[in-house]
Parts: sequence; structure tokens; C-alpha cells
Amino acid sequence: MSDIPFPKPSRRAFLRGAAATGTGLALAGTAQAEGDPLITQVQDWAQGFGDGVDATPYGLPIRFEDDVVRRNVEWLTADTISSINFTPIHALDGTITPQGCAFERHHSGAIELSKSDYRLMINGLVDKPLVFTYADLERFPRENHTYFLECAANTGMEWAGAQLNGAQFTHGMIHNMEYTGVPLRTLLNEAGYDTSATWIFVEGADASSNGRSIPMDKALDDVLVAFKANGEALRKEHGYPVRLVVPGWEGNMWVKWVRRIEVLNGPVESREETSKYTDTMADGSSRKWTWVMDAKSVITSPSPQAPITHGPGPLVITGLAWSGRGAITRVDVSKDGGKTWETARLAKPGENKALTRFYLDTDWDGEDMLLQARAMDDTGYVQPTKAQLRDVRGENSIYHNNCIQTWWVRPTGEAENVEVS
Amino acid sequence: MSKFLEILGPALGGTAVVLGGAWLSAYHLNAPEPLGPTAQERQEQQAMAAPAPTEGTADPVVLATGQDAAKSPTSAPDGGSFGLGRAATADELAAWDLDVSPDGTGLPVGSGDVETGEMLFSENCAVCHGEFAEGVDNWPKLAGGDDTLADKDPVKTVGSYWPYLSTVWDYVHRSMPFGHAQSLETDDVYAIVAYILYSNYLVEDDFVLSDENFLDVEMPNAAGFFIDDRETSEAHFWEADPCMEACKDSVEITMRARVLDVTPEEEGAESAAPAEDVTMAAAEVADPAPAETTETTAAATVTEPETETAAADPELIAAGERVFKKCKACHQVGDGATNKTGPQLNGVIGRPAGSVEGFSYSSPLQEAGAAGLVWTPEELSAFLAKPRDYMKGTKMSFAGLKKDKDLAAIVAYLQSFPGD
Repeated sequence: MSDIPFPKPSRRAFLRGAAATGTGLALAGTAQAEGDPLITQVQDWAQGFGDGVDATPYGLPIRFEDDVVRRNVEWLTADTISSINFTPIHALDGTITPQGCAFERHHSGAIELSKSDYRLMINGLVDKPLVFTYADLERFPRENHTYFLECAANTGMEWAGAQLNGAQFTHGMIHNMEYTGVPLRTLLNEAGYDTSATWIFVEGADASSNGRSIPMDKALDDVLVAFKANGEALRKEHGYPVRLVVPGWEGNMWVKWVRRIEVLNGPVESREETSKYTDTMADGSSRKWTWVMDAKSVITSPSPQAPITHGPGPLVITGLAWSGRGAITRVDVSKDGGKTWETARLAKPGENKALTRFYLDTDWDGEDMLLQARAMDDTGYVQPTKAQLRDVRGENSIYHNNCIQTWWVRPTGEAENVEVS
Repeated sequence: MSKFLEILGPALGGTAVVLGGAWLSAYHLNAPEPLGPTAQERQEQQAMAAPAPTEGTADPVVLATGQDAAKSPTSAPDGGSFGLGRAATADELAAWDLDVSPDGTGLPVGSGDVETGEMLFSENCAVCHGEFAEGVDNWPKLAGGDDTLADKDPVKTVGSYWPYLSTVWDYVHRSMPFGHAQSLETDDVYAIVAYILYSNYLVEDDFVLSDENFLDVEMPNAAGFFIDDRETSEAHFWEADPCMEACKDSVEITMRARVLDVTPEEEGAESAAPAEDVTMAAAEVADPAPAETTETTAAATVTEPETETAAADPELIAAGERVFKKCKACHQVGDGATNKTGPQLNGVIGRPAGSVEGFSYSSPLQEAGAAGLVWTPEELSAFLAKPRDYMKGTKMSFAGLKKDKDLAAIVAYLQSFPGD
């Protein structure tokens, strides 16, 4: 085994995996003689009953999956009411994030707001300021679109160096859902917005209000006023009953519990778009209005929380890629820290502003690997290295860190978050 | 119809009009299916289709076909409005349209002075932000940080970073105090903002802030921002043909996450104690300052608080009164105390949990009370040490008292107010 002390998360996961592997190997060995008792002996589940259809009116994952949960990093924030947790991307596959484990970010807690208490106001530079009920929203023509939502601070803890040991923590401020909602332009039309107006201001019903200004061009383009995600009502923590969907742009703008949209001729320059969500450069000046999320990717397995639990031989390397500017066209994977690259297989063609799953089906020789992924999108953007990003932005940006991530995979199969030259 | 054309014309171009027309006829035919793209749309999609698949791509990529096919009509079948919603009343607009813009639009008439602001700040804000706006623990610092923006760990405060005073006024007015938002009167907001300016040495102690002189206040970092320029300053990231072979001579590991060991345990219950040099962890995901915490928050176990219940100790009670300042934003105690954000606390020691009439407790607290929980000095101390660990689901948004002597003091202070 390695001389490095295991960090607890991957150790536990690793040991769990190793135990399973050991059992598997032993059985494989005995299979020829007396056979695998899981096959040769009648098991309880093959003899008796399982649960009836009335056991679980709304189901949760089976208990064997109870470690696939959102996690919080307690030291990041003063209080969990205004904080963030992380999607367990290391344990998911495909591209759709179940709502129940999709990361949460609140500024004054996840509020309970019923459909009957819900109101949406549109005011400002409009012919007629309007108030909609939830039932009103359901009567407008609606659309379905799948989009990723990434917090601008995703990977923000890694600017100055490798810090958190797990894809969940380094890249888990992201989720990807299929939304059902009404295009914002439909509602703006309904209120008769002033076509010369250049901005809107959007705010939520919670105490933080989390107001954000959005240029009118974007508001008319693809912004949705959404009330369903992945086919069901938005979960409380995702803005029930109604949230804004701002495809490709930083998650903070996707105002939850959205209660008011004001048409304006300038930005409000609210707290969330001045003191926060602005990116400070090395010289102390700060970029503002950095709304678009740059193309980015991460290998989700193997990774520190998802070590390799089998020996050398066939290995599936997999991960996620996304771009706020459009569709992912290609993902390359390096096993040697960026010296050489091979192109991964996309599970499906990249979709506009949605997560793309990639696979590299490979044969592992059991040696050390420095795994990296590099995404490209349909604007020709290539995901940069951390050094390239730091050259332009310094180390104090906090937000918008889309650098190439490195996992050091050891011969034991364990993996660690590292930075390489 | 004219409105329809006028609005959609500039926004979506001819496509929208064609689509609108197609939708019209489809509607009259009662077509149950969503419409596919029109011929014109298909052509446009093809014209917009991505560059040819890049060399080496495993799957040829077809981009975004069908994206526009999913577009819904933006106007009613007759081309006009859907007639949904109702007019907002003047009172409703006044209640919700509160935002204040940098040019002062939205600012109500009013004023407040530094001295009043200091008092209000102490009562409402200091529990998190400190008496001098210097910030408590991980809570946001509002003052100081001058000339630190180019440092390794910039201190971003109202004085050092915020470009517009309107933002401060707007945020205090709408979203503060934390846990009791929109409870401040207009003049109180002016006073608190005046005090925050004073704590940043931006105004004198006799300053009075009002809607009339609001725009005269100069914010030090007003010129410190520039609009997103990634497409030019980072144009080199759009490199068509990234390196595939022999991209580097050598690769060295230069930093490892395990050395820091700040990753939470898998169960997520406890927090790993941050290593000493966590100052690099500049992750300001939330309002509070980043992870420079040197105090470990992992000390979840509450040691036995000293609660000698013998004779009341006047010094301890006086100390408790000072500690109670952290609670005052939400709780009242003493003559005439009533429920505010939190329940009134007269007679809290010895009373069953969740039992004050007219206060809406969290369900876990109600259940605990129903199950027999009584606020003995020991139980209350355990609760106040780590409220949300002790009572999962409590609505009390208080981080907890770290020091045993503070716990003993607050219990002694509360004990001095018997119930009626």
C-alpha cells in the first residue's frame, strides 16, 4: 500500500471497494469447484416477498446508495443558512441530475412557498404592470429544455492550489435538469414591454431577494420561467414553485422563488452583482458582468471519492463536460498530466448549454496516472490549464475557475487531487 | 396584431413571424402535436450549424437541431395578448418595487445620522458584523481592507470594494438584518448606512445621510471595475487545434490536496479541521469571508457548562446581559417582552420547549417539547452551544456560543427573568 496516509473519504470508499473486490476474486476462484453460493444456494430474496406497491408512495434510493448525497464543507461559510453544498457527481452517470442530490445554494435559506401563495409581478417599462398567479403561468404555452446550472464559484477553492480531495467538492456546484416553463419573452410580451428597454431586474421572494440585472437581449433569447424540473415540481431547495432559468450563465442569476421582473434601462448593480460575483484580477481591478460560464470538464471516475477498485485491465474513465456558450464538440483525456492526449467518446452529441457525458474505455496497466480532461465547445474554445488561467486572472478571482483538473491515480487505485507543472 | 409584429420583429426577426403564422393555422386545425420547424427555420439551423467536426472527434457532432423546434408561440392565437394576469395595484408596486439604482432611482425620502446608526448597528447588525463592522468569525467584514485588493487575500468591504452606495442602501433595506429582513424603517436604513460609511472613515461622526446628499458620497473603489473582456483578453483560449502529442517535456506534481486535509469526512457530519495554511482557500462561495478560519468548528461536543444554580451571581448576570446582545435582534426578555423573530424569553429556564403561546416554532422543537423536553440550564446550554446540531431543523439561525463562560452567563441572565 501507499506510504501516504489515506484521507478518510477515499479510504472508506476504497476499503469498501477493496472488500468487494476481494470477495469477488475469491468467488471467481471457487466458482469452478463448488460454485458461487449466491448462485448455488437459494437466497432470501428469491424465496420470500419484497415490498408491496403501497410501501413507498414516493421513493428514495435504496439504502445501499445512502452515501450518494449532497455534502457540505462546514468551514467554507459562517452559517448553513447562507451557504452551499455539493452534488455527488463522482457517483452519478449519464447527464441528468436528480433533484434530490443536486447542489443547493441559498442566501437566506430554502423557503417554503406554496403555489397558492405564489405571485409573479412584471413592472417597470411596460404598458401594464401585471401580477400572475401560479395558475396563470400554467396557461401560457410552455417549453422543455435541458440545461446545466453551474455556480460561478464552482472550483473556486482551487485557484491557489489543489485543496479539496474529491470531484464532489472541486466540481460539485453543478447540476443538469430538464426544465418545463414559459419563455420569459412571452411574459414580457404579455405586459407590453418597452422594446427600447435594455435591461431587466429579477428578484426572489426569499429574504435575501438575490436580485440580479440581466440584459434584455438575454431575457428575450432563452430565459425560462420554470416550474418543473426532470418532470416533477421543483423541489423546495430549487425554488418551488417557480424559478428563473438563465441558460449557460452563472447559477446566481437563476433566481429561485422568482417574484418580480422589472423592465429597466440600466442595471441595478445589486449586492450580488457588485460586491459578489465579480472577479478580482491580480492588479486589484475587477471584472464585472462575467455571466457566461466558460467551457469546462472533469473526470468524475476514477477520482478521489471513486477510486479504482479492480486491478489492471479494462477501465472506464468517465466525466462531464459543459459550456455556457453552446455545445461540447470534443473532450480529450490525458493519463500523463497533459503530455499526450486521446479523444474520448461522447455518450451523445453535445447539447446546447447542457452537460455532456464522456467515456474513455481503456486498458489500465496498473501504473500511476495523472488524469486530466480537456473540453472544447462549438465556438472553438479550449478549456485552459490552471497556469493559463492564472496568467490572465491571478489567483484572487474566486469565481469562474474552469481550469483543467488533475487526479493522481496510484497503483492501489486510490486517487488524489493534485496540481502538476 | 400590430403589437405582436412590433415586439417580435426586432427580437426574433422574420422567423418568429413565420412561426407565428404557422402556429395560427395549426391552432385552428386543433393540431395536438407541437410544431416542427418551418422550412425557413430548418434552413437557418443548417446555416448556423457548427463548424465541421474537429479532427479526432469520436462521434460526428450535429449541433442543436431541434432546439428552435421547441420554441413556443409568444402571443395568443389571435396574435394579441393572452389576457392572463391582472393589473398590479399601486400599493402592490410600492410594496415590492424597492430596488435602488446607482443614480438614486428608487431611493425614498429620508435621512439618518451616524450616531443613531451606531446604536442601530449595535442592536441589529453587530452580532454578525461586529461593533465596528469588522466582522465576527466568518461573517462579512463591512469595514477596512483599504488597498488590499491586489494582495494575496483581498479584504472586500463596503469601503474597499463596493462601487455604489445605492447597493448598500438597497441591501440593508431589503435583506437585512439576517433573519429579520425588511424590519428597518427608511430613516433607520439611512442611519445604518451612514454608520457603515463612518466605520470606513468615509464620513465624519456628525454626518447625516439623506436622499438629497446620497449621490455626493464618493465610493473609493467606484472605478475599480471593468466589463467582462474574456473574449479579447483570453482570445488565445480559442485555439482551434490543441496539442495532442509531446505537449510537455516533463510533468511534476507541485501540490497535493491531502497535504492540506481540509476535505470533509464522507459522512459529512463532522468537518475536518482546516490545516494551518488554509489562507490559500480563497473560496468565497457565500456571503461570509473565505476559509481563513483558524478556529476549527469541529468542536461539536459541548462540555458540561458551569451552571452552579446556587445564589444568583450579579457579575455573571451582567456578563450574560452583554452576551444577550447577540440574541437581541430576535429575542426579547424582561418587562413587556413579546415574541419577535424568536419567542419572548421570560421564564425560559424551566419551561417546556416550544411552549410560548402565539409563537410558531419549528416542528422538531414542537415535537421535542411534546416529548417532554424542558429548558433546564443544561439543556439550554447544549442548545445554545450548537443550535442546529442540538435541534436539527430549528428555525433559530444562530451559529452558537463557543465559550462555556458565555453559556453560563447567558443562562444566569435568563434565569434572572422568571415567567409570570
